Amino acid sequence: MARTTPVKKALRSLTWLLVIIAGLTAINGAAVLWGQGANKGSWAPKLALDLEGGTEIILAPQVANGAAAPTAEQLNQAVSIIRQRIDASGVSEAEINTQGSQNVVVSIPGIPDKATIQRIESSAKLEFRAVLQSDAAATSTAGSPSATPSPSASPSAPLQSTPSVSPTNGSDDAWVTPALQQQFTDFTCDKVEAANTNVADPKKPLITCDDAGQYKYILGPVEVAGETITDATSGLNSNSQGVSTGQWAVNIVFNATGTREFAAVTTRLNALTGVKNQFAIVLDGRIISAPTTNAVITDGKPQITGSFTQTTAKTLADQLKFGALPIGFKVQSNDAISATLGKSQLQSGLLAGLIGLVLVVVYSLIQYRTLGLLTVASLVIAAVITYLVVILLSWREGYRLSLAGVAGLIVAIGITADSFIVYFERIRDELRDGRALESAVEAGWKRALRTIIASDTVNFMAAAILFILAVGNVKGFALTLGITTIIDLVVVSLFTHPMLQLIARRPFFNEGHRFSGLDPRALGAVYRGRATFRDPVNVSSTKKAAVSREAQKRQTIAERKAAELAAGARQSSSRSKGKDS
Amino acid sequence: MASFSQFGNDLYTGKRSYNIVGRRRIWYSIAAVLILVVVIVPILRGGFVFGIEFRGGSQFEVSNTTNLNQPFAEHTVTSVVPGANPRVTTIGGHSVRIQTDQLTSDQSANVQDALAKAYNVKRSDVTASFIGATWGQDITQQAVTALIVFVILAAIVMALYFRTWKMSLAALVALMHDLILTAGVYGVFRIEVTPAAVIGFLTILGYSLYDTVVVFDKIRENTGEDGAESRRTFAESVNLAVNQTLVRSINTSVVAILPVGAILFIGAFVLGAGTLRDISLALFIGIIVGTYSTIFIAAPLYAHLRSGEDAIKKRDKRTAAVRQASLANQ
Repeated sequence: MARTTPVKKALRSLTWLLVIIAGLTAINGAAVLWGQGANKGSWAPKLALDLEGGTEIILAPQVANGAAAPTAEQLNQAVSIIRQRIDASGVSEAEINTQGSQNVVVSIPGIPDKATIQRIESSAKLEFRAVLQSDAAATSTAGSPSATPSPSASPSAPLQSTPSVSPTNGSDDAWVTPALQQQFTDFTCDKVEAANTNVADPKKPLITCDDAGQYKYILGPVEVAGETITDATSGLNSNSQGVSTGQWAVNIVFNATGTREFAAVTTRLNALTGVKNQFAIVLDGRIISAPTTNAVITDGKPQITGSFTQTTAKTLADQLKFGALPIGFKVQSNDAISATLGKSQLQSGLLAGLIGLVLVVVYSLIQYRTLGLLTVASLVIAAVITYLVVILLSWREGYRLSLAGVAGLIVAIGITADSFIVYFERIRDELRDGRALESAVEAGWKRALRTIIASDTVNFMAAAILFILAVGNVKGFALTLGITTIIDLVVVSLFTHPMLQLIARRPFFNEGHRFSGLDPRALGAVYRGRATFRDPVNVSSTKKAAVSREAQKRQTIAERKAAELAAGARQSSSRSKGKDS
Repeated sequence: MASFSQFGNDLYTGKRSYNIVGRRRIWYSIAAVLILVVVIVPILRGGFVFGIEFRGGSQFEVSNTTNLNQPFAEHTVTSVVPGANPRVTTIGGHSVRIQTDQLTSDQSANVQDALAKAYNVKRSDVTASFIGATWGQDITQQAVTALIVFVILAAIVMALYFRTWKMSLAALVALMHDLILTAGVYGVFRIEVTPAAVIGFLTILGYSLYDTVVVFDKIRENTGEDGAESRRTFAESVNLAVNQTLVRSINTSVVAILPVGAILFIGAFVLGAGTLRDISLALFIGIIVGTYSTIFIAAPLYAHLRSGEDAIKKRDKRTAAVRQASLANQ
């Protein structure tokens, strides 16, 4: 019974390992077989741009001095807007992520054309245009904080594309040529993206839709540019007595140019009726709001009211203030790597890994003889699991292996092998104390596991902190390091130790063959005739406090002599020589 | 390698012993001198050399070329943008990297065209990158935050695990020693500091402590529960642990440094400048220094820190008395 328990345990551990590997393989296999589209798995890890070639653009938020950093919500909003822009440009497989708590990273395979880069880099275009025609009713109004509306009327024109009469202002129906009218009739809101409304000529009328894609509009040329807004806030509206009306409003502050221009627009629009009383706030070619004008605003501080909730008022205010993006962004770096260079970096990385692995294997074999083979096998198992985890991560989490990540994996070879060394040296220590191999394996394991767990914890902690706090390349590196640390623990306890338990029973190891790496004679254990070693010195292994007491037994010759003498002196009678106290 | 395991046996039994803990003053002095050197020399030589990621600038890479002539590349760039201040490095056998001051996007496009023409390669083989000056700073700022958080957490974890804050302190002092020396090597030899080097630098955090934890575990075992009965002074117990784990320390360090050395070799000689070289160089230095400091700084410092404790003093005194008595007996 006592002899078979370790074997049973070992077999159980190995079974678990097999289950883990089979499980990982099965999950990934299922992903490859049945995954759809972007969700499809692969047997090869996705590569980051530095290995695959491509362009990485890092956008950093522009925060005024002393202002709070952008919130996660704002960043996510920015990411989705940038994604829309890139998708609109027809680039496929672009990845847009937030990095750390600050930056937005745009990764594009290949080298994007200039237009695409500009589209990403440009912060959104915000503009004010007068509404010429619409199939919608206004839901909000613009006025000075306490003002009331007033109305008026308008005409139409023939089927030509240049205005027959030169339009006199942004609300002149002369803009609406018959061609434009036809275009408007044919226009549907799903065509907004294709129509490239976001790069429309500011001097010409524009057909576009509202943000929800419900209503279409013909707008006049740009009358006030978004840059003239100095501030936009949201808040509860209050009446002339300063009492809150419970209605949410967006307050805009224009600079001098904006004030003048906006005054001109409102003066004109205020005199018009129907849709022509409305002006449209256009962001990246889409109308985010089209309020009616109910006052002439000359102080450059219009207020937009309507069916706002606190959230929609805030969103509109943010959009007005920052352009389409909730925060302004600046390109921090634009890193392009050609596919050729990426490929050569990947090859070099793999070559380095191979050389490193071979060196470790050779060193293990020299140091640990046949036992070194167990190191090799363990490293192979660790490599298999790591590979499976990496491809699973690139499937589920969109993880991409970068050059730094590859370096992390190679460095991990050494750290993983370290655990085996800690363990093997422990077993050797036990053998030196005269234990038989099987019990040395068990005792050594107990001590080694503690040490391995403690040191792996430290390593994992470093990786985790780097992963959470750091950005980009550092993150990739930390992730691989963290994963391999855990895998190290799994492999050493579910493979290396059980295997050693099993092979410890083989005569080759058990009898301490010269090349087994566990030869008690070479390890200095006291040998007393055939297969008999000195008893584990002084029952140290039987007592609980044994481990610490063992330390006492390992002492310098001088110490030992001194101790013996001391013992003799204390008893002041028999001097027992040749015996360990 | 029988002799090496014989060496291990002798260290284990105490037949052979290096008095590492006892000579701590020597190690402290060496550390102090080295740290002084790596602090003063870089100051005299003008501080660290920072990579383009920290300075900001434009960078061009021409791949698929066999013309690795540096003046040729410089000339091509300056003929388009005089005063661009180009710096040329080769990457592997088929690529040239040119770093310049920050260029406008028009200038950058012109340089790209000129390079493609001069090297007679496709336009797509010439990449242009632009790096803002804040990019590297951001990475460094986060690195510093990570360092502080890690040190605090590691201190707590180790204090809990070893049940004494003195081990924590000794390990962290050794860690600081490693970080300063590694950074110092970059300063003294004016090696370019890039974000990849910062990554390597941060990895030393984990490795240095990993190594220390392994040795400290043995020290704790040797100096553990037997306090009152031990016939060895505390420092001697620590020293024995260091000697007993010496072979392990050597083996783990060699095994850890072999793959790093492989990356360094490939990175430096095959690829040239780049991520691999920068990460591995910092690690290479860090692992060597880390192994050294565990043995020669962390362990002696721990013995030193504990030596003032009453219980330890008492124990050492008793040990000394016992020895005195035994000598007298002889």
